[in-house]
Amino acid sequence: MPTTRRQFLSLAGGVTAAGAIPIVTLRPVEATPAALAIAIRNALGEATIRNGKVRLDIPPLVENGNTVPMTVSVACKMTSTEYVKSIHIFNEKNPQPNIANFYLNASSGRAQVSTRVRLADSQKVIAIARFADDSLWQASAEIVVTLAACTEEMN
Amino acid sequence: MAALINVPARANAGDIIEIRTLTSHIMETGFRHTADGKLVPRDIITNFTCRYNGVEIFRADLFPAIAANPYLSFFTVVNESGKFEFEWIGDNGYSTTASASITVE
Repeated sequence: MPTTRRQFLSLAGGVTAAGAIPIVTLRPVEATPAALAIAIRNALGEATIRNGKVRLDIPPLVENGNTVPMTVSVACKMTSTEYVKSIHIFNEKNPQPNIANFYLNASSGRAQVSTRVRLADSQKVIAIARFADDSLWQASAEIVVTLAACTEEMN
Repeated sequence: MAALINVPARANAGDIIEIRTLTSHIMETGFRHTADGKLVPRDIITNFTCRYNGVEIFRADLFPAIAANPYLSFFTVVNESGKFEFEWIGDNGYSTTASASITVE
C-alpha cells in the first residue's frame, strides 16, 4: 500500500514532536525567586535587609549574556569601625542563584568591586552588602538580555 | 595559566589603589549539554585570594555565573612597599598564582 502524503506528514510531525520533548526536559531548572530567597538566607542569615547605600552598575540592556560588566559600590567611609565586610551578588533566573561573594576589610579603602557575569535570561540582579555591625543593605537592577548565556548547547 | 595583573608601580603611603586582575579560564558552568545530550562537567574557578605582604586583603567565592576569563577589580589602602600575591583555586585541582610589587613612599 503506497503511503499518502497526508500519512507521511502526520508521521513526520509525530516524530518531530516526540523528539522535541527530551530537548525541553534537558534544559536546567531555573533558579526560582524562592530559590533566590533561600540562597540569600543561607549566605546572610535572617537579619533584615534594607534598601540603600549599595549601588549596582550594570547595563539595563545586554546583547550578550555571556559577559556582562558589573560594578558594585557601597556608600561607606571604610574606617576601622565602620566598613563593609562582604558583598554578595545574586540573580533570579540563572540555573543557580549565586553569582559571587566578595570579602573586604577595614583597609580596603573603598567598598567597590567589579567583575563580569553571565546572565541566562532577562532578570533581576541583587547586590547585598554586610557592614561591620552586621547590618545588611541591598540594591537591585533589572536587566534585559537578548542572547542568553549558560544554557546553550555546546558544539 | 596566564594572568594579567594591574597594580600601580608606586604610590604614596595611605593611598587607596585599585587592583585589577584577569586570568584565563573557560569557567564551564556544568549546566550545558553537548549536541548528543551529555552534560558538560563543571570546571570553574571557585576561590580567589589576594594577599599584601602575607596578609589577606581581598577574597572572593566565584560561581558558574562568573564569565569566562574571570575579571576582578577591587581596592586597598597601601602603607608600605611590598608584594601582592594572587591565587586562583578551582575545580579538578586547578590552582594558579601571580604576584606584583609596589613601591610606597
